Amino acid sequence: MPKTEAKISGARLMVELLEEYGVDIVFGYPGGAILPFYDELYKSTKIKHILVRHEQGAIHMAEGYARSTGKLGVCIATSGPGATNLVTGLTDAKLDSVPILAITGQVATNAIGTDAFQEADIYGITIPITKYNALIKSADDIARHFQEATLVALGGRPGPVLLDFPKDVQTELTSVRKVDKLKIDSRHYQKPPIGGDLDSFAAALNKAKRPLLYVGGGAINANASKEIKELAEKGNIPVTTTLMGIGAFPGTHQLSVGMLGMHGTAYANKAVLECDYILNLGARFDDRVAKPGEFAENAVRAHIDIDTAEFNKRVSVDYLLHGDLKEVLKALIPKVNKVDRPEWVGFLDTIKKNHPLEFDDSTDTIKPQAFLQKLYEKSKGKAIVSTDVGQHQMWAAQYYLFEEANRWLTSGGLGTMGYGLPAAIGAKFGNPNKTVICVSGDGSIQMNIQELATIAMYKKGVKILIFNNNFLGMVRQWQELFYEERFSESEWNYNPDFVKLGEAYSIKGLKISNKSEIDKALEFFLEDDDARILEVMIPAEEKVFPMIPAGKSQKDMIEFSDTVRAGKK
Amino acid sequence: MKHILKILVNNHPGVMSHVSGLFTRRSYNIDSIAVGVTQDPEISNMVIVVKGDDSVVEQVKRQLLKLPDVIEVEDLAYHDCISRELVLVVVKVEDSNRTEIISICEVFQAKIADLTKTTMTIEFSGNTRQVEHFMEMMQKYGIQEIARTGQIALKYRST
Repeated sequence: MPKTEAKISGARLMVELLEEYGVDIVFGYPGGAILPFYDELYKSTKIKHILVRHEQGAIHMAEGYARSTGKLGVCIATSGPGATNLVTGLTDAKLDSVPILAITGQVATNAIGTDAFQEADIYGITIPITKYNALIKSADDIARHFQEATLVALGGRPGPVLLDFPKDVQTELTSVRKVDKLKIDSRHYQKPPIGGDLDSFAAALNKAKRPLLYVGGGAINANASKEIKELAEKGNIPVTTTLMGIGAFPGTHQLSVGMLGMHGTAYANKAVLECDYILNLGARFDDRVAKPGEFAENAVRAHIDIDTAEFNKRVSVDYLLHGDLKEVLKALIPKVNKVDRPEWVGFLDTIKKNHPLEFDDSTDTIKPQAFLQKLYEKSKGKAIVSTDVGQHQMWAAQYYLFEEANRWLTSGGLGTMGYGLPAAIGAKFGNPNKTVICVSGDGSIQMNIQELATIAMYKKGVKILIFNNNFLGMVRQWQELFYEERFSESEWNYNPDFVKLGEAYSIKGLKISNKSEIDKALEFFLEDDDARILEVMIPAEEKVFPMIPAGKSQKDMIEFSDTVRAGKK
Repeated sequence: MKHILKILVNNHPGVMSHVSGLFTRRSYNIDSIAVGVTQDPEISNMVIVVKGDDSVVEQVKRQLLKLPDVIEVEDLAYHDCISRELVLVVVKVEDSNRTEIISICEVFQAKIADLTKTTMTIEFSGNTRQVEHFMEMMQKYGIQEIARTGQIALKYRST
């Protein structure tokens, strides 16, 4: 479209800016204060709008879309309640570094601050949960704010941004389509130069006898999988990933020791205890992984991150490099010695053999771990998997292995129940030809279950797996282990019939409770590209192991075999 | 340990919330905060005096730099900067002590801004230590009201 001097409305301009940016899909829900924008969206042939059932669904869809495609996720809501319904999703995206642009309607500028109908100070509310936010006060400012917001969302460590768009600014005319001078510093969006001393960093790594790579979500955002593999293979360095880093290194690789932390594998946590050097690649030593003062306390600790605020935040490190992980690794790898480490790699192989992920599969009931192993085999490990939050999330993290990044969608930092279903829908819109599976529980699925209607309306073949134990399983697990089995408010005395619920939305469903039914159920689940609901009844007392109790360190890990020895299963 | 943070920010209404929000989250007590526009009308200079461990203040500094409206953050070492605070103080006066107070003000180079039969409003500026010292001297006459600006600071220049 040729640039014209003619004045257009703010709403028109916003739609054109989105189109020019390359946005072809947005998730949203209309309302009074955003109507001029929706009127222009109606005329757009380039942007497909997905109508959701709740704004929280919209933003988690945008997150699922963004994480599975690497692109910016866009969501729209009206003012007041529409905008406040985005708050959980914005916080989720902030903690997990997901690039999201939220556009919210706002009451007209002359009504702001008067407690007008559907008015909420979403600018003020979202200050701590966005990387950038702005209340657009004039149509002449739209272009600048849009440029700044999109640059910041994807620049450096990605994250959510919000533009609050008053109704009168949507109808105001402007000819300012582009600005040359932004008000924010380029450090917020340009790749930083490599900061730190590469040579001494490499020398410390080369000196290590038992090194370990500890890979976080930043590796996925930096698209650094290839470099991590190269580094690991060159130096024969075992790799553990965080929950958010899953997929950044192939889960089936000989050097992979799986996930570390609270519900990580025993061998990953033992590797942390035994290593003499640990290199954090885009992770943040968070409290589900590292206890300050005790994490890899005898090892040399090194950290590469794009966010300097992560350095020495919880765990102090000896060596650090600042910059884009991919660029830093490219510069570092040539300085790293090619080494065979038969002893160290062999030692970890032995631990893998002696301390595998374990569960008791001797009864006829379905064990979620066994089911997930089968699901992994049947889907050939190629699915995009989203999860909700709780036991099912940890089992999926342990038993579904990923060869590639951007296939594992989970709420890591915030732990948002209700993330899984909409995230899967968003991922399916971004990856129409891939199998997308939402692994959920009977608790989590009910937090955004209204989005079944979005699946039905757009005929999106999302596969929904519900592990049903009629409990908030993870809450129950903690109550059993740490609150002397006082199951305070964790049991559902009522659950809907999930299969019938699916039928109400024209989604085919099946419920199974016996081990013998698994194969047939999986065939039904994956046979075509239609949506499915598969409800799998599991025992309430099944627990996630290994487990490091909250606030404890790797040394205090409880393994399944420990509980068997103690007479508890 | 006290830190004087000099923060250059874009001059627009939301900036204060962004910056102060960061301090609130880490439960920092801000001793004082002073904001004023710089030679560039689009840029304001914020001076925040805060107590905290060096490592935690360093963290906050890095967090501040992540805010899009923050242009520059500098942790000014006390010995390396000129800092001033303006204070207006109302003290009770009687005929018997008026001259005494006036002569103390002369020693401190404080200005008498207003005078009534029973009160004196004094204007004084200096660094924190001088202000504290001056206030201590006024204490005995009975302080009725105080207004303080909070510290502003600039680094000493080398030639």
